[in-house]
Amino acid sequence: MSRAMTLKASQADLSVSLWRRAIDLLATFAAGSAVVLVLLPLGAVFGYLVYKGIGSLNWAFLSQTPKPVGEAGGGMANAIAGSALILGIASVIGVPVGIGAGVYLAEYGRNRLGDLIRFTADVLNGVPSIVIGIVAYGIVVLRQRHFSALAGGVALAIMMIPTITRATEEMVLLVPTAVREAAYGLGVSRWRTTISITLRTAMSGVITGVMLAFARVAGETAPLLFTAFGNTYWNWNMNQPTAALPLQIFVYAISPFDEWHRQAWAGALVLIVLIVVSVSAVRLVAGRGMLKGSS
Amino acid sequence: MANRAVGAHPLTSPELAVGPALAAQPPAKPEFLIKDSTSQWADRTFQFAMLACGLTVLLLVYLIIYELTTKGTLARHAFGWRFFFQSDWDPVNDRYGALSFVYGTIVSSLLALLIAVPLAIGVAVFITEMSPRWLRTPLAFTTELLAAIPSVIYGLWAIFVLVPLLRQSVQPWLARYLGWTGLVEGPPYGIGMLAAGVILAIMIVPIISSIAREVMTAVPQQQREAVLALGATRWEMIRMGVLGNARAGIWGGIILGLGRALGETMAVTMVIGNRPEIAKSLFAPGYTMASVIANEFSEASGELYLSSLVEVGLALFLVTIVVNVLAQLLVWSVTRGTPARSHV
Repeated sequence: MSRAMTLKASQADLSVSLWRRAIDLLATFAAGSAVVLVLLPLGAVFGYLVYKGIGSLNWAFLSQTPKPVGEAGGGMANAIAGSALILGIASVIGVPVGIGAGVYLAEYGRNRLGDLIRFTADVLNGVPSIVIGIVAYGIVVLRQRHFSALAGGVALAIMMIPTITRATEEMVLLVPTAVREAAYGLGVSRWRTTISITLRTAMSGVITGVMLAFARVAGETAPLLFTAFGNTYWNWNMNQPTAALPLQIFVYAISPFDEWHRQAWAGALVLIVLIVVSVSAVRLVAGRGMLKGSS
Repeated sequence: MANRAVGAHPLTSPELAVGPALAAQPPAKPEFLIKDSTSQWADRTFQFAMLACGLTVLLLVYLIIYELTTKGTLARHAFGWRFFFQSDWDPVNDRYGALSFVYGTIVSSLLALLIAVPLAIGVAVFITEMSPRWLRTPLAFTTELLAAIPSVIYGLWAIFVLVPLLRQSVQPWLARYLGWTGLVEGPPYGIGMLAAGVILAIMIVPIISSIAREVMTAVPQQQREAVLALGATRWEMIRMGVLGNARAGIWGGIILGLGRALGETMAVTMVIGNRPEIAKSLFAPGYTMASVIANEFSEASGELYLSSLVEVGLALFLVTIVVNVLAQLLVWSVTRGTPARSHV
């Protein structure tokens, strides 16, 4: 009697367990297919970039300015140069301010003001890029009365600052207090310690933060639409409208011309190669550096 | 935490720095040991310089708010709250209402969440709980690579690959099987709300999944072991032990993804069709708040026109701020070591 009951119970257990195992298997399968579904577009984007881009990529593309509609050939050399100019301006403004703010937060920011700045930096990080464009338009373009590379640079700098600030803070805080104390013990003044000891120790991490911010803004288009505006000729003057690679890709992509579409793909390939190279270089540097594991 | 005590500098007072022993042997004393007023001045200047950089961050956010509120005044005075509840956008007659943009932004973002959330959680679960150890880092790196692709490249890809795919295969199929709902009917252009939702979904998956991974990793190992010890299968362990405990943080990730989707500009502008109308069908073209600024700002001629666009920007700014702060709080509630709550 009791034996039969045990048998029955164990059979019931087994069937439940089978059911539960089936669910478990199903969940594993679902999670696995989610990964495949997510990796699919990634593969498709890169695949198409290479497939469509490489055919249109040639020396003319990298050395010439755009040709008028209908003429074959031409390239995006001025847009690549323009991007370099705008990103240069953005870095000159954004990197020192970002690192300075990060150092302030890490070294002096253990108070209300520090918390406020930290919170504000996070808020700034979430502001849509198109809104940053409106602000740069207001503070630079309206004053200068025309579109300019400077306005584009300011817009991108505003986007770089919060990223660099938080990365710098994180990295500087990782430097052991003992290292600072050793410097103080030798009588080195505080500012000197911060610059030559603390920042130097955290350097590889700080560079990682800077490069990630750089890679993030390098592909930004929205804030450049009404700041740098675009240009079909060479321009090295930061007070003049300037072409930029992402901007050129956008204009060509929504145009109705096949030739321009092909150039847009080539431009996108150049852009993604630049970004992926800088991000992977950062991974490599950060991986070797002393402060890895926090990027 | 220990770093916070750095403020107490042991050598700030001059008599300490130049102790009697050192002062007695001038030749042995390196120059940098001299702690005179110059050095104190340098310290203070340095601190002020760093403080100035920090204050710049505050100044920037102040500038954003100032620019958006002052430049939007004209539209605010002309339309008031009605601006957000009427949908005629008519630059010729200088009448502006943002309802169709608000609608487009909300619908495209929600559609994106609908697609992205299950995928992102699936990816996070697979990477943290199921995948073999050697596969974890490569998988995490690859999914995060999706976040490094610029918006404009997603847009380009969407125009030439995704939109034709939707037009030729997905939309006819959806219309045949789900057409009765009224949500997916009408001519399959390819371009429209559906395309915008799909491309946004692809763009926000890495954000949601990386936050989800972070909070799931923060769940203590004992939680998993406890559930396993009760005889749970792996999925039951994940559901009760991990997802239950990480729930608030995952919500944070989802809301963060929402914030990104609301403000996303280029890819959406390239595929949504840019027509200011409110249609029930997801196949129909639409317009979002970010897209209308991107398309019309540089050619907005009238002052009221420009002011209306800035007003749209202000609304977008405020909404994303609220959404991001909410998300941040939710993520902190999990990663800051709050005791794990039961999921029931």
